[in-house]
Amino acid sequence: MNDRETGIRFSDQGMREFNEALTRYPAKQAAILPALHIAQREFGHISTDVIRYVAKLLDLSPARVHGVVTFYTMLNQKPVGRYHLQVCRNVSCSLLGAFHLIEYISGKLGIEPGGTTPDGKFTLSLVECLGSCGTAPVMQLNDDYVENLTEEKIDEILSSGD
Amino acid sequence: MELVLTKYFHLDDYRFIDTYVKHGGYSALEKALRMDTDQIIEEVKKASLRGRGGAGFPAGVKWGFMPKVTDKPKFVVVNADESEPGTFKDRLIMERGPHLLIEGIAITSYAVGAHVCYIYIRGEFVRPAQLLETAIQEAYEKGYLGKDILGSGFDLDVYVHRGAGAYICGEETGMIESIEGEKGQPRLKPPFPAQIGVFGAPTLVNNVETIADIPYIIEHGGDAFRALGTEKDGGTRLYGVSGFVNKPGVYELPAGTNLKSIIYEHSGGILDGKKLKAVIPGGSSVPVMKADEIDVPADMESIAEAGSMLGTAGIIVIPEGVCMVRLLSIIMTFYAHESCGKCTPCREGTEWMRIILENIERGEGKEGDLELILDVCDNMEGTTICALSEAAVMPAESFIGKFREEFDYHIREKKCLDGELKI
Ligand SMILES: Cc1cc2nc3c(=O)[nH]c(=O)nc-3n(C[C@H](O)[C@H](O)[C@H](O)COP(=O)(O)O)c2cc1C
Ligand code: SF4
Ligand code: FES
Repeated sequence: MNDRETGIRFSDQGMREFNEALTRYPAKQAAILPALHIAQREFGHISTDVIRYVAKLLDLSPARVHGVVTFYTMLNQKPVGRYHLQVCRNVSCSLLGAFHLIEYISGKLGIEPGGTTPDGKFTLSLVECLGSCGTAPVMQLNDDYVENLTEEKIDEILSSGD
Repeated sequence: MELVLTKYFHLDDYRFIDTYVKHGGYSALEKALRMDTDQIIEEVKKASLRGRGGAGFPAGVKWGFMPKVTDKPKFVVVNADESEPGTFKDRLIMERGPHLLIEGIAITSYAVGAHVCYIYIRGEFVRPAQLLETAIQEAYEKGYLGKDILGSGFDLDVYVHRGAGAYICGEETGMIESIEGEKGQPRLKPPFPAQIGVFGAPTLVNNVETIADIPYIIEHGGDAFRALGTEKDGGTRLYGVSGFVNKPGVYELPAGTNLKSIIYEHSGGILDGKKLKAVIPGGSSVPVMKADEIDVPADMESIAEAGSMLGTAGIIVIPEGVCMVRLLSIIMTFYAHESCGKCTPCREGTEWMRIILENIERGEGKEGDLELILDVCDNMEGTTICALSEAAVMPAESFIGKFREEFDYHIREKKCLDGELKI
């Protein structure tokens, strides 16, 4: 099932997960979100080539897959930085200073929400309630939550490693 | 005080099956498998267990809607989307006591005759989803899931299905569309999911907390559960307190605990010695209450009598000094962003309100703006496929209704009447 022209294909591990996902539903197309999650993990973002690849795996039209991709905010159609800072802008977090922290990050990185630093290291996004309001303000950093977010915690993250 | 859910949540190992079983876990499943399914549904009815996902529908009644005889397979879908702003209780269950949920799922599926269950968990909950997968694996290994569970002849498979960022997928029919691989746009009801749900088959949809209450009900009986709360809203509730309080967090308390005492006693009162201005008692979608309206029991009926709704029991605490125009604008940006766009009144209405509120906040409000918002609200009520539309209307009408002077002042003077606490 490899896509000869683009060279896009799941790793063996990804393909195993995809095949396993197919067994979970009585209809093949229900595996579309599992497939897109694997794709995002392996390719970083969901490009049109990736959409074509996933469509082929599921016997769907690329337009159909594209429709799903655009509906869900977590599926990135553009590349994001190695560190994706997604700060909650909803009620409980705002009450405890979320917008102040958003400005702080924006200022430090020199990018607006939605932007990525030129070196491709950081992307800043604003997101809706993360379901962690008891430890507001909250930010999702790649797969993990950073709770009770402060300027100090932000400094630490922005000055980290690679 | 008797705790239904969080009794052992302080134990780190409680998430693992051995510790869970050591503390009596899965004995309710053993008991249930020896019971008649009608008897189980009867206990859940007696329990006065109201759905914890927001709408509060009696769980036992909903289970009774599932057809007994059908030529289709039946499904259970657990709603772990937890996206209502101010709500963060289901995550606690999945992280600290995932086996409560899994045991509840096994009992529920047995009672309604389902052999497949999907747990629809919001995509952002990467770690909770991994914990769930581990716990499910453990349950298979010990014979609490899979083929011929505990020798009863009952088979059940449980799968975690991850969402990908869309509030509307928390609405049960949006969720069903999403599981089927579509955009998560809600369906017109009827037919209800119990008639036609996932893959065209009868489907029971319940919230995580609702299902996690089931083992207790089977173990101790519906009457015992109901007695913990009120006659019509049985059991305990996971109240999630957030916002401007000293000790935010999830508190398991009897349904009907006084709202004021939840805020001032259990949650340690208002942060920085500020005074309370308002409370949103059940997630951002319910009407706001003023500080002097909160001396009421926090059960579904009492909060409704007080003019709001218990919703998800996500209690958001708002202090004096926070501009209510700004806060409503933050709320409306959310609904405008999350409207799935299928119905014109909702798609257009939420967007209009968002724009008008932003204008007022920026000092560009005009006379008549508030009337326009209230008019838009009128047009959004009862004209749409799902309740997201009303979820946007309720904060709008109540904020303007109860804090009208702040809105008028903002339009007239182009600044906040009470906004020293910048948010
Ligand atoms: C816009 C919208 C969002 C919703 N989000 C959630 C949610 O995140 N979690 C949830 O359990 N129920 C949510 N619901 C309620 C579900 O539609 C459904 O009533 C619930 O899952 C049923 O379970 P219960 O009876 O156990 O509460 C939402 C409803 C609407 C209208
Ligand atoms: S009411 Fe709003 S969210 Fe619900 S189906 Fe209609 S447009 Fe979509
Ligand atoms: S409001 Fe930020 S996590 Fe809920």
